[in-house]
Amino acid sequence: MGHSRFGDRSDVNLSELTFEAVQPSLEDSGLTAKEIPYVAVGSMGVWSEEPLPAVVIAEYCGLTGAGLVRCEAACASGSAAAFNAYSAIASGQLDTAMVVGVEKMRQVDTPTALEMIGRAGYYLWEFENFGMTFPAYYAVHAVQHMAKYDTTEEDLALVAVKNHRYGAMNPLAHLQHEITVEKVLNSSVIAWPLKLYDCCPITDGAAAVVLASEDKVKELGVEAPVWIEAIGFSSDTANLSKRKNYVGLEASVQASRMAYKMAGISPEDVDVATVHDCFTIAEIMAYEDLGFCEKGEGARMVREGETEVGGRIPVNVDGGLKAKGHPIGTTGVSMLAELTKQLREEIKPRGRQAPMKNYTALAHNTGGTGHYCYVTILRR
Amino acid sequence: MDKPLTLKSARTLHITYNLPISRTSKFWQGLKEGKIYATKCQKCGRLHFPPVADCGDCGSSNVKWTELDGEGEIETFTQVVVKPASFSNESNYIVAIARLKEGVRALAWLIGVEREDVQVGMKVRLVARVTSDGRVSYEFIPI
Repeated sequence: MGHSRFGDRSDVNLSELTFEAVQPSLEDSGLTAKEIPYVAVGSMGVWSEEPLPAVVIAEYCGLTGAGLVRCEAACASGSAAAFNAYSAIASGQLDTAMVVGVEKMRQVDTPTALEMIGRAGYYLWEFENFGMTFPAYYAVHAVQHMAKYDTTEEDLALVAVKNHRYGAMNPLAHLQHEITVEKVLNSSVIAWPLKLYDCCPITDGAAAVVLASEDKVKELGVEAPVWIEAIGFSSDTANLSKRKNYVGLEASVQASRMAYKMAGISPEDVDVATVHDCFTIAEIMAYEDLGFCEKGEGARMVREGETEVGGRIPVNVDGGLKAKGHPIGTTGVSMLAELTKQLREEIKPRGRQAPMKNYTALAHNTGGTGHYCYVTILRR
Repeated sequence: MDKPLTLKSARTLHITYNLPISRTSKFWQGLKEGKIYATKCQKCGRLHFPPVADCGDCGSSNVKWTELDGEGEIETFTQVVVKPASFSNESNYIVAIARLKEGVRALAWLIGVEREDVQVGMKVRLVARVTSDGRVSYEFIPI
């Protein structure tokens, strides 16, 4: 696996940024670019100039000639790309494939970026006349969750504080500073009740992983390989008005159940998880939807430190989307890279290495407002 | 650190999409007449709002227009403060999702009320609206 530094990466272009992830992933796998037969790329790409990012980055990284595809599942594009490459190997057609996630979001100004993401619901019914933004889509979930359960704005702030604490320990994170509950609560309102520090930043970044069949792993003599045990997936309506309710994301419930069943595990077996915390409320809902706790209990988990290192299930101890950053199509691949390092117990500083009992990790990656969802279970 | 060097692209792009509304024209026409229409599938009975020309539930294209009363109750809401580029001239706006008494939900702006006075469970009515610049839309007003 390979992973670029996340952040405002105006110092590099799309291809140069991707190279920062692809080259280390090749070195880590023991393969050369010419030996990669297929590359699935997760990228939304609307904020940067290249409409065909896969061909551009493949040329730059020496991957031309491989089969190429760009996968779109909004913020879950990286996981969709991983499923695409995984399926090609699982079908027996290929013995190796690369998954790349790349996004250059900071080539446009913030209102334009908000426009691009805000349009990504059901454009005609939510944006054309009503100008929904992504923070607004999640804000309506926060309002109903707070109305129905005892979740408070302070609880949302605790998620940000936790994820910033781990982001400060992650040299690849976009935001490497700690924050306080007061700082979150006093930050400017973006879409009420969500404030600046409830929201993930607009980030550039790339990540890459190499997948291989069991036979190929043996042939390469990979030490302590990390296996994809299951990839579960689901979706939900484009129109938010057609959802079951606004206290959770049904696609997360369905995708996680599918993944647990395929892997033959239950939520208690998970040693470490990355969940899709594009906004603080999203992390609280994810705890509940993934079965880490009962519905309505998510805020209690963060209050009681159950999702910190040393807690019952450490979650987003890389800083999460909140502090590490959320380069849309990269996030799913970044999660796989982080969890691979966690499972290999290679995390430095050790303060954010989750202790391993079952050597089992879970990546939860949603796209849109729970429009798409992929849950991937890894095991060493 | 030195400011990164960037090349400002000389090729700008201005996109205006044309949205086909032939099959839902009754809805758009209705808004001009102050009416809000939904469609009801004549095969499975499902009421659709926003209106559709085809029923994805049962596959039938036999749908009938039916006018909504518009009365409903707010299930959730937000106020957009940081706006997208194309809404930059608007004041902060409240977007609500309400369940109408016919059973369908709608998402629209809630006008005529301060955010501090909005609550989940509040009674509202969905009304048609023609904007000052001639666009047709619909919005919630408190009852």
